[in-house]
Amino acid sequence: MIDLAVPPGLVLVLGAFLLPLVKDRVRDGLILGLPLLSLLLVWLIADGSHASVNFLDYRLAPVDSTVAGRLFATVFSLMAFAGGLYGLRQARTTELVAAFVYAGSAIGVTFAGDLITLFMFWEIMALGSTVVIWCGGTETAYRASFRYLLIHLLGGVVLMVGIIGHIAQTGEITFTAMRPDNLADALILAGFLVNAGAPPLSAWIADAYPEASPSGAVFLSAFTTKTAVYALLVGFAGTEILVWIGLYMVFYGILYALLENDMRRILAYSIVNQVGFMVTAIGIGTAMALNGAAAHAFAHIIYKALLLMSAGSVLMMTGKRKCTDLGGLFQSMPVTAFHGIVGALAISAFPFTSGFVSKSLETQAAADGGLVIVWFLLMAASAGVFLHAGIKFPWFVFFQKDSGLRPPDPPANLRWAMGLFSFLCIAIGLIPQALYALLPYPVDYQPYTVSHLVSQFQLLLFAGFAFFAMLSLMRRTLTISLDLDWFYRRFFKEIVAEFTLKTSEARKELEANSIRKLRLFVANLYEHHGPQGVLARTSPTGIVVLWVAVLLGVNLLLYYIE
Amino acid sequence: MNESVHWLYRQRNRPWLWVFLIAVLALALLPEWFVHHHPHFADQGVTADGGWGFYAWYGFLTCAGMVILAKVLGIFLKRKDSYYDD
Repeated sequence: MIDLAVPPGLVLVLGAFLLPLVKDRVRDGLILGLPLLSLLLVWLIADGSHASVNFLDYRLAPVDSTVAGRLFATVFSLMAFAGGLYGLRQARTTELVAAFVYAGSAIGVTFAGDLITLFMFWEIMALGSTVVIWCGGTETAYRASFRYLLIHLLGGVVLMVGIIGHIAQTGEITFTAMRPDNLADALILAGFLVNAGAPPLSAWIADAYPEASPSGAVFLSAFTTKTAVYALLVGFAGTEILVWIGLYMVFYGILYALLENDMRRILAYSIVNQVGFMVTAIGIGTAMALNGAAAHAFAHIIYKALLLMSAGSVLMMTGKRKCTDLGGLFQSMPVTAFHGIVGALAISAFPFTSGFVSKSLETQAAADGGLVIVWFLLMAASAGVFLHAGIKFPWFVFFQKDSGLRPPDPPANLRWAMGLFSFLCIAIGLIPQALYALLPYPVDYQPYTVSHLVSQFQLLLFAGFAFFAMLSLMRRTLTISLDLDWFYRRFFKEIVAEFTLKTSEARKELEANSIRKLRLFVANLYEHHGPQGVLARTSPTGIVVLWVAVLLGVNLLLYYIE
Repeated sequence: MNESVHWLYRQRNRPWLWVFLIAVLALALLPEWFVHHHPHFADQGVTADGGWGFYAWYGFLTCAGMVILAKVLGIFLKRKDSYYDD
């Protein structure tokens, strides 16, 4: 353990800018080495605050190591490593630089001991991730990245106002547990929730992430939402409203994923679903529930990245992203299919995978807390996860009807990245104690009981049965589903268009009116001063002489009268 | 039948896949005769989750419900995927 004054995240943030300067082996070494170096630092730094920087009138604590922070920083570093390996040869350098800045600032958040540091890293994350989406390289990606940036700048402003209010009220900048019973802390909560994909702003995840490149989507799936989970875990554990927000997210994710046709958008909706479980657990707020949220976040980052790596490989090798165009790929892409299925089993919490040992902490916490409705809803949602992600994704991509496509498996570095995360999904499932040892509170829970195994197998297998029994109801269509983003993508746009139309009509009328008046004025002028105008006539000399004579006469007359 | 077609896609194997699925489901229900599930909320008078085969029927019915709900929502929410394209 060392007394280090550099936030481990900065290694990635600053190191990223070396990437454009180097080539070949050195570049590979940096891409794989920087995340490992950051991981090393995460584990070398002892608990507690290690550096203080003066900023305005405040003392910032940018290197504050906690158990929960270290857990998240660990999985963020692992994610940067695997993502780097996945995009080693294929991703553009710009994308990798942005992704490392993004990953590094996420790690920065987990080491932030104060709200100002947290906010600064929070905003760098928004910028980094926007560039990652933009690197998708298409016109749609460019547009999506702008919508994404606008949402996050909005969330950032809400968070900033909250933080300023919090500091003004308490004079404290330390990032600790808060209660959203005053406006400032409620705004901080709202700012965190925007990044978690909570309602009403959930649509940005499914809007933006699927437009990124194959490797870009893998990076994006990990950091923004899970940093929000970390921030909620530290700041708002036990806030009851989070239970209901989380449950909404859980079912929102399932229903929209069931309707979706784009394979990576299915997985994006599934992120909202999974984060919903974590938010619910944070709302429950017991030690068991918070352990569950942290463990689930850790496991989720790995299996969701694995699923997106598998989908990204399919996209890269076929150029197709819609379920209606895919199918039968297990025949020529067996490795990709295998890893996709491992990820699908893990997200469904199949026994002997990481999902089983992490998500069950959350449902157990609901049971222990006597929360009947929450528990029943979470069980239904667990079955629903298998439905919308566990079966739907592999079935429609790798099986269903044979599309006739026969692409080979992706290049070696992509297969290695998938292999690493597949291994972790299974390893955590088999040796849960290794993960439990990293959790914020001591764990007294045994996931492998006969009753739990039997009930989980039954729940999932019969959910699968429902899927196949009702397959005809789930025929894929070439559609998208409307969401609340309709308001900012359509409604306001139409209103603005209508406004433009109406104002242009009004302007036209105004213009016609002015022209008419001008014409009238000119006509008037012409009538009086024109060639025939009464004021423009030339008078004969005789009349003028007569008038002069009259004037002189009047003058003479006046003279005599006097 | 063309033998180069993968066995999963051969028409004559279809019924066997269903038989296999149903056998797996039956296997999953088998332990219900030996394993007793403790209801989590007995103190609140809710014992449904301790009943025979609870997880099986609950998983099936909730999933069927979600599929139908999604179908109904789809009537209102689905649009052509070029909806937002300018």
